[in-house]
Amino acid sequence: MSEYFLLLVSTILVNNFVLVKFLGLCPFMGSSRKLEVATGMALATTFVLTISSASSYLVNQYILLPLEIEYMRTITFILVIAAVVNLTEMIVHKTSPMLYQVLGMFLPLITTNCAVLGVALLNIQTGYGFFESIIFGFGAAVGFSMVMILFASIRERLAAADVPEIFQGAPIALITAGIMSIAFLGFSGLDKGLN
Amino acid sequence: MLSGILALIALASLFGLVLGFSAIFFKVESSPVVDKIDSLLPQTQCGQCSFAGCHPYAEAIAAGEAPINLCPPGGENTVQALADLLDVEVLPLDDIDEAEQGPIVAIIIEDICIGCTLCIQACPVDAIVGAAKQMHTVIESECTGCELCLAPCPVDCIEMVPVKQSIKSWRWPQPQYNANNKNSETIYTTIQHVLAESRLS
Repeated sequence: MSEYFLLLVSTILVNNFVLVKFLGLCPFMGSSRKLEVATGMALATTFVLTISSASSYLVNQYILLPLEIEYMRTITFILVIAAVVNLTEMIVHKTSPMLYQVLGMFLPLITTNCAVLGVALLNIQTGYGFFESIIFGFGAAVGFSMVMILFASIRERLAAADVPEIFQGAPIALITAGIMSIAFLGFSGLDKGLN
Repeated sequence: MLSGILALIALASLFGLVLGFSAIFFKVESSPVVDKIDSLLPQTQCGQCSFAGCHPYAEAIAAGEAPINLCPPGGENTVQALADLLDVEVLPLDDIDEAEQGPIVAIIIEDICIGCTLCIQACPVDAIVGAAKQMHTVIESECTGCELCLAPCPVDCIEMVPVKQSIKSWRWPQPQYNANNKNSETIYTTIQHVLAESRLS
């Protein structure tokens, strides 16, 4: 049990997907201007990452490995994730219109997000089991959500700040992201017990 | 090699079938009015109308909660087409900057001021300093933006300007959900509704 907890903390803080591994940077920069949009994006990503890490593990274990076609991993995962996300989008649309209102617009966008494919591939590379894969995917998503919400909150304030002209807009956002990334380096080494 | 190709083809057709059937099985009937409005919008999904995309905006128009002139990418043509479809009057395209009018303060254009002290007498909060035949100026932090000083000025040297938001005056926006105004539904209220919905069922 404590291994699972350690894995979760490690993926959220120590190996944060955005700030330490630099995956999923496009939504991190692109949809973090408003806190509300960022929250929707974060929730949808949590949803998709957890589902995709589970489904990609199953596909790898029961289709790719028995047929000995591991070299098809990347393209198969893209296919599986796209199909599963589209299917869940339809089911959510039918069963819970309210939830669809929150997540709907973001779900198809996230299908092509590098963090989603990254989680699926890293799961296989590090040799995680089924539950470990799900926890790894969920932890990565929670880390992503946390950073996303923090960054969106900072950017909402930055919009009102008196920034020197040459730094206005994207430059100050990138500098902020860099400083956040340095701050997250402070967590490195906390997960030593894991290896 | 061959097994890889075959497996991928099999997987792809399986997913294709599943998605095809579920598109029929999980089909959501949307209102024909919304669809018609949606087909007139440019589908850029840019969110400049303050809705999350073209379809939510179409829904809001159909429900009568949003005016038809909020779509900058569509331009005048879209407004015209929407007005024809819905049989309402054509509105000029909404300028988003003008819509959000914050607090304003008075400033005195000091080159023109003749020092007549008339505005000082008019100011209800003593926010204008100056003396006879001397240039006047407005203390911005005291000015309430009441515009009472505009009328007495004989040379029209007072202008109202919007206060620029600074890091000191910045606040989180107020939550503003109420039952009559679905427009103002935020993601947080929506989540509360989802939770309430799941508790009921």
